[in-house]
Amino acid sequence: MSVTVLIPAPLRPYTDHAETVEIEGHSVGEVMTNLIERYSDLKRHLYSEAGQLRNFVNVYLGDEDIRHLEQGEATPVPDKATISIVPSIAGGLA
Amino acid sequence: MLNLDTSHVQLSRDEMERFSRHLILPEVGIEGQKRLKAGRVLCIGSGGLGSPLLLYLAAAGVGRIGLVDFDVVDVSNLQRQIIHGTAWVNKPKIESAKQRILDINPYCQVDLYETRLEASNALAIFGDYDVVVDGTDNFPTRYLVNDACVLTGKPNVYGSIFRFEGQATVFNYEDGPNYRDLYPEPPPPGLVPSCAEGGVLGILPGIIGVIQATETVKILLGKGTTLSGRLLLYDALKMSFRELKLRKNPATPPITGLIDYEQFCGIPQATAADSASQSGLVEISPAQLKERMEAGKDFVLVDVRNPNEFEIARIPGSHLIPLPDIENGDGVARVRQLMNGSELIVHCKSGMRSAKALGILKEAGIEGKNLQGGILAWGNAYDPTIPNY
Repeated sequence: MSVTVLIPAPLRPYTDHAETVEIEGHSVGEVMTNLIERYSDLKRHLYSEAGQLRNFVNVYLGDEDIRHLEQGEATPVPDKATISIVPSIAGGLA
Repeated sequence: MLNLDTSHVQLSRDEMERFSRHLILPEVGIEGQKRLKAGRVLCIGSGGLGSPLLLYLAAAGVGRIGLVDFDVVDVSNLQRQIIHGTAWVNKPKIESAKQRILDINPYCQVDLYETRLEASNALAIFGDYDVVVDGTDNFPTRYLVNDACVLTGKPNVYGSIFRFEGQATVFNYEDGPNYRDLYPEPPPPGLVPSCAEGGVLGILPGIIGVIQATETVKILLGKGTTLSGRLLLYDALKMSFRELKLRKNPATPPITGLIDYEQFCGIPQATAADSASQSGLVEISPAQLKERMEAGKDFVLVDVRNPNEFEIARIPGSHLIPLPDIENGDGVARVRQLMNGSELIVHCKSGMRSAKALGILKEAGIEGKNLQGGILAWGNAYDPTIPNY
């Protein structure tokens, strides 16, 4: 099962500047594990030392925040699904 | 729908003519235009996002606009902050914005707050307005704006930008989610580069700011479907818009009062950590560097900025090894190779990134000196061709 993961601009330095990456996995959690295995520098930006998804990064399966999915990270991913990583950004004025 | 009292609002003949394209729209009409005139909008920041949205709110006939900003116009702002003109460089942004708003719509009342928004003044300022628009550039102020909106019951029209990408939504509107439902906590300082460090496409805040203006006008009119409950993502390079669902998070603790937002965002902790890690930092002034150059001393000058900054300006004889390369280890080996026993001097734009690079090098057993104030200080002292970018 291959899923497209959309990488936002602030995290692209950690994916060799790739905007999208194709990752294998049957569940959201499996895809995320495989993602940070491939791009190890991403890990500390996405997960705390305790392995929790950081509070300033959201991950969406399709248009749904994975924290709000009933099965959470165990949620199965349909083939050709899109997972988006959306970090908090503050810019506007300066 | 927002409760706006239009019973005493009058539209003059001139206003009827000025807003005629609104008046003939059934969704606006006379009553809608009166609602806009009765509306009071507070805009936090009159920069990249504030500029376009203020121009449109003024033109649309919003009756009262409050501006909170303490900054002055810098020449590097003009690439995107289109409410300000060249004649206003070094003058207060809110004065510049007020003059432009009144030029567009002399019927608008403009209230100026030349201050930093703080936990001590936010609730009192917000209390006088119907809608708050967030056009700030930092996490502490964004959480403050959010919490003060929740406590005063005001909708918070949100927009944020980074390089070529933007986010927009409406928080705290008709029992909808707020910023803390989207992101319970900010990233630690330094993890995400600011616009000043990372750059931003000048048109990007135009698009996001105009989306914020549109949502503000819809809220005042009470028409249409707002972005409440939806996070809109915009990518200028792809010219794509995407929408994500945004829900209330039952795990988000209720907001009961304002807090210390600098503390919440880890700013004092980061400053303390920086000064601790830099306590062993050896510095060198631009004058000392100049002396070494003129005396033909044996040293290696390493520039840790990004390649496109190196294109803008460089110090003669410097070697480019960007900070990310030093962070991933490759750069450390290159520095060691270059030095080969010589004295090491490291610089960046203003001294922050080079200090970080020296910290990493020190762990690898390499000692060096940090050029105080970076290339900007060097340029101010010795090279007027270097732009203050």
